[in-house]
Amino acid sequence: MRVDWLTKLQHFLQTVAFCLAVAAIQVGFRPATAWAPTVAFSLCIGLTTWGIVDIGRHVLPSARETGWPPGLKGFALVVVGITAGFVLGVPMGDAFSRGLGLYPAGVRVTVDYRSAFLITLLAGMAGTYYFYSRSRSSYLERKVGEAQQHADEARLKLLETQLEPHMLFNTLANLRVLIGVDPTRAQLMLDHMIAYLRATLDASRTPVHSLQQEFDRLRDYLALMAIRMGPRLAYELQLPDTLAQVRVPTLLLQPLVENAIKHGLEPQVAGGRLTVSAREDHGTLRLEVRDTGAGPGDTATAGSGFGLEQVRERIRTVYGPRASLQLQAASPTGTDVILTLPWEHA
Amino acid sequence: MTTALIAEDEPLLALALRQELAQAWPELQVVASVGDGESAVREALAQRPDVLFFDIRMPGQGGLDAAADLADAWPHDTPFPALVFVTAYDQYAVQAFETQAVDYVLKPVQPQRLARTVAKVKDVLARRTGPQGLDTAVEQLRHLLAAPRAAAPLQVIQASVGSSIRMVPIGEVLVFEAADKYVRVLVDGHEYLIRTPLKDLLPQLDAQQFWQVHRGTVVRATAIESVTRDEAGKLHLTVRGRPERLPVSRLYAHLFKAM
Repeated sequence: MRVDWLTKLQHFLQTVAFCLAVAAIQVGFRPATAWAPTVAFSLCIGLTTWGIVDIGRHVLPSARETGWPPGLKGFALVVVGITAGFVLGVPMGDAFSRGLGLYPAGVRVTVDYRSAFLITLLAGMAGTYYFYSRSRSSYLERKVGEAQQHADEARLKLLETQLEPHMLFNTLANLRVLIGVDPTRAQLMLDHMIAYLRATLDASRTPVHSLQQEFDRLRDYLALMAIRMGPRLAYELQLPDTLAQVRVPTLLLQPLVENAIKHGLEPQVAGGRLTVSAREDHGTLRLEVRDTGAGPGDTATAGSGFGLEQVRERIRTVYGPRASLQLQAASPTGTDVILTLPWEHA
Repeated sequence: MTTALIAEDEPLLALALRQELAQAWPELQVVASVGDGESAVREALAQRPDVLFFDIRMPGQGGLDAAADLADAWPHDTPFPALVFVTAYDQYAVQAFETQAVDYVLKPVQPQRLARTVAKVKDVLARRTGPQGLDTAVEQLRHLLAAPRAAAPLQVIQASVGSSIRMVPIGEVLVFEAADKYVRVLVDGHEYLIRTPLKDLLPQLDAQQFWQVHRGTVVRATAIESVTRDEAGKLHLTVRGRPERLPVSRLYAHLFKAM
């Protein structure tokens, strides 16, 4: 339990100000009342209520983020606080007033319990509501800020992985060679590279596109990799015409294909084969990235890399629990990643 | 006649390097061009070229590890080839090369830069006599391969035994030995297998306590019983309480000198 005492002091002072205001209103409406005892009562009741509610919410298992106990617990706490404010605050106010001689001389004082209770209830509810909405709005602001930061970080990381310097400079080095030996192929490679870079930079601006476009972008990337890896990379993209126009999150499969090359095929001296396919499976869309490379290796860490995490996060955000990602060892060798997405016939 | 070997996994880049070399050093003859570390070591031992161009990143074994293996297997009475590393982008490696005298070339290969490298290599070859080259290469490779050690050393090794996890205090470990996809953890009269690669484990070990004696072997210094040299000049060590004879690679032979 971490209590921010500076904030608590702020709350305390706000409560004092609020109690003084309540007392001022009472005196304003009934000028006959002596003001000093009114202030004493108001402060005792108000501060007791505040103390119980504000400290109590740290003692109870609070919702960590909002700072308030969830549901009925929070409501009960306020009820207890206001009741205690009345039951304890009234005798305390009375004791103070007598002890400090605040009551006007020669007058027999009786506490008007009914109106005291009414004022306690109204003021307690108003005060509590004020603090609750304050902490709630700051919580919501914090949440929005965090979400924004999270999204920014993810976008930046995506860019970083896709514009990885090693990949970039190696591709450029290849391009430089091709310009000398095979200008036509060099142009083709440059076109693929332009398309790949454009898609990468646009991905954050266009959230969805068609499967056809997704596969075109994968083809750009794979064409670049094929020039670099030569005969060590064989690849195949299988997209049935019936599925070409289905919408999917932009560059969803890209990290999976990169993983397959980076962790599956590149470490293998002989390279291997990569197959990306899309098909309909009992009303769901089944996307598969399969390689014949090194295999998932360590089952404990399989599927915890940034690329996979990012794909998981994206399908969770877009489809919720209706989508799934499975990573398994392929036979005889390699890795098989299967994405299952909900899909209704258009 | 000066000969060279090129180890580069990307066919186009290997071709480019050959073309640039033909321009910058017409007399140089490229006797072999391979695409991975293991083949590079095999070919270099078979062909004994004068110059090696090794790509840092290759499938299987990278250029640095391949060079270390080669230095280990190289016959002691022949001069070691001049080493040139080739890299597309590797800030860390480039910094390391700047401090070491080993030369490196950045991809894409620039003619002017390559001309400088060629001049340097020619100079090295002209002054090269006997085993000197090997000692220098070993020294440089050791620096390039040295792993930065982390501030907080590991205290416990967690090895899975069946369905449970066995906690092995680091104080009981005598040897870490790389074996295929695993690392063998040898303690007195027992051994465990863990899946953390030695490369990842090494930075978390206290350099004072654990010495690397081979690419795949790390030994507790105080547990070493004896070090012997065989007829071929190779060092082996034994550890108290263990039957194994562990090879010491040339890169780490400097650790063992009689006082």
